[in-house]
Amino acid sequence: MADVTTSQDVVTYRDSVAEGIAREMRRDPAVVCLGEDIGAAGGVFKTTVGLFEEFGPERVWDTPISEQAIVGAAMGAAMTGMRPVAEIMFSDFLACCWDYLANEIPKVRYMTGGQVTVPLVIRTANGGGLGFGAQHSQAVENWVLTVPGLKIAAPSTPADVVGLLASAIRSDDPVVFFEHKGLLASKGAPAPDGHVVPFGEAAVLREGDDVTLVALASTVPLALTAAERLAADDSVAAEVLDLRTLIPLDVAAVLRSVERTSRLVVVEENPYQGGWGGTIVSVVADEGFELLDAPVKRVAGANVPLPFADALEDQVIPTVDKVVDAVRSLTKY
Amino acid sequence: MTDTTTATGLLALHETMSVIRRTEKAAHDLFMSGLVKGTTHLAAGHEAVAVGARAALRDGDYAFATYRGHHHAIAWGATPEECLAELMQRSTGLNKAKGGSMHLTKAESGMLGSYAIVGAHLPMAVGAAWSARLRGTEQVAVAFFGDGATNIGAFHEALNLAAVWRLPVLFVCENNFYMEYTPIGAVTAAEHPAAGRAQSYGLPAEVVDGNDVVAVRDAVARAAVRARAGDGPTVLEAHTYRHYGHSRTDPGKYRPDGELERWLERDPLTVSAHRLREAGTSGDDIAAAEHRAAAVVERAVANARAAPEADLSEAFTDVWADGGAAWRT
Ligand SMILES: Cc1ncc(C[n+]2csc(CCOP(=O)(O)OP(=O)(O)O)c2C)c(N)n1
Ligand SMILES: [Mg+2]
Repeated sequence: MADVTTSQDVVTYRDSVAEGIAREMRRDPAVVCLGEDIGAAGGVFKTTVGLFEEFGPERVWDTPISEQAIVGAAMGAAMTGMRPVAEIMFSDFLACCWDYLANEIPKVRYMTGGQVTVPLVIRTANGGGLGFGAQHSQAVENWVLTVPGLKIAAPSTPADVVGLLASAIRSDDPVVFFEHKGLLASKGAPAPDGHVVPFGEAAVLREGDDVTLVALASTVPLALTAAERLAADDSVAAEVLDLRTLIPLDVAAVLRSVERTSRLVVVEENPYQGGWGGTIVSVVADEGFELLDAPVKRVAGANVPLPFADALEDQVIPTVDKVVDAVRSLTKY
Repeated sequence: MTDTTTATGLLALHETMSVIRRTEKAAHDLFMSGLVKGTTHLAAGHEAVAVGARAALRDGDYAFATYRGHHHAIAWGATPEECLAELMQRSTGLNKAKGGSMHLTKAESGMLGSYAIVGAHLPMAVGAAWSARLRGTEQVAVAFFGDGATNIGAFHEALNLAAVWRLPVLFVCENNFYMEYTPIGAVTAAEHPAAGRAQSYGLPAEVVDGNDVVAVRDAVARAAVRARAGDGPTVLEAHTYRHYGHSRTDPGKYRPDGELERWLERDPLTVSAHRLREAGTSGDDIAAAEHRAAAVVERAVANARAAPEADLSEAFTDVWADGGAAWRT
């Protein structure tokens, strides 16, 4: 990963989760948290440290191991005037309450003809690279992308964690908020007071004219490192876009970038089969066909369960080398 | 609100049950004539559970129902016309023709939806009760569900969470003895599928005559008093029976001979008419209430039939809170 740490990079992604929630809890008494071990224990990933101490047991609720009850109760509370922030410890466990994400939360507003509103956030630790094996490592943002009616955020920096949490918690729509396990210890500049990052606005993190790298969450630092290497070794200027949210999806930003670079590589951790890059690429093929000078490439998770051993895991998730290779494969066009 | 312990109050409950019964009959007939498409799960026979429960509760209390939920929508204030228009895909439908029979919802009066994934709404009712407590209101939330729903995980997760948080929620099982086409006893070892499970969650439970609107009203009233006092949830198991098949055109052939007839002797409308006469209400007054109900439903059918078809632009509204459906820039 790029050693781009500066003297301003003083806060961790992990602490920024708690900071982002706390800021919203201070400004809106309707914000309440629930989840397993999130109270006095501060969360399995220590992403809720300090909330219980500051806001007490009436705002921060420990739950039983009942994913359906956690998310279902959050839905009922959201329909009746609260803004619950529910934690599902590992994103793999979303499968245990999938009914609520697939059938209930995204549908209820529509199927009642707009009679109810569901302002809730489901936060969850997503992604691999830590050797947790097949049931605790998946990047599952594409699961959620298959369901119209859910907004999806997946920050890559501490400041974006705070800014996107602000938008997520203030949103009157349901949001699934992916916190990447591999980024929890990473550091960045702190979010300024009142920091709000709007949904549906990709960030251009590095400008370049030769190729567009579209990334999200963990693949953002990968793409940035690959871009540095390509600049140094190949004199290729890569532009790096951090999508930040998948719904709304800032495909306009992708098209704007491809208009200049004519080349597109999507870097996504979820599996190639059904991964979100497929949606980006299909829009570009449809609306940006004439902009392209080369085939589009997707560097994605392999279509296998995630193996345990570090060396094996590296085989099947995106790496800097794979991104660099994908870009090099386009230079002949 | 009318005092439902008086004869006049009871007559009002009888009239509402009669409206529901006639609405279900109309829905059945309209389905058979092709004017209602998709599916229906009629609640004829279950009226006393909805009407009795609503009578025991306050304005602002919450209800969550299943796909067999027409009776709850009407008990919570939806008009037969709105309901039938929804079933007939009219723009005047309760859910703008975007929900259908299985999703009738009257949110403005606290009826927060009918859900077609068995058991899913029990945790939602727990959440609404949690919210009432967090907001410091005295509201209670009620989840109505079938006997079959007691074997799905969400039921058990909901009871445990509600119990441990002592929330003001009522779990009201409409035990009609069948889950679709299978007798509940064939798939459930507990004699009382809902009430029999309550104890293991530390919850009080009551088995009630679900065809007696007064018995339901009184049991729900007792549970609501406990809930509002901070004493936590109650499980009620109301025994009842559906007069039609499970859904659509199901003739209910799996029911043993004579079973329906035995239950029809304890039809909720027969039971309440009997109670009314005991309370001194005249046969003429009961007949007049039933005539009013019949007139309401007849008008509802005529108006729903005459209403415009679903508004095509509605396909792309109500996904997001801003009213729209935009997913990209
Ligand atoms: C999770 C789920 N599994 C199966 C079904 C199909 N299904 C619809 S109704 C039903 C029977 C439910 O029986 P019960 O809970 O007793 O309610 P009743 O229909 O008798 O009112 C089944 C199995 C479903 N809708 N949801
Ligand atoms: Mg049943």
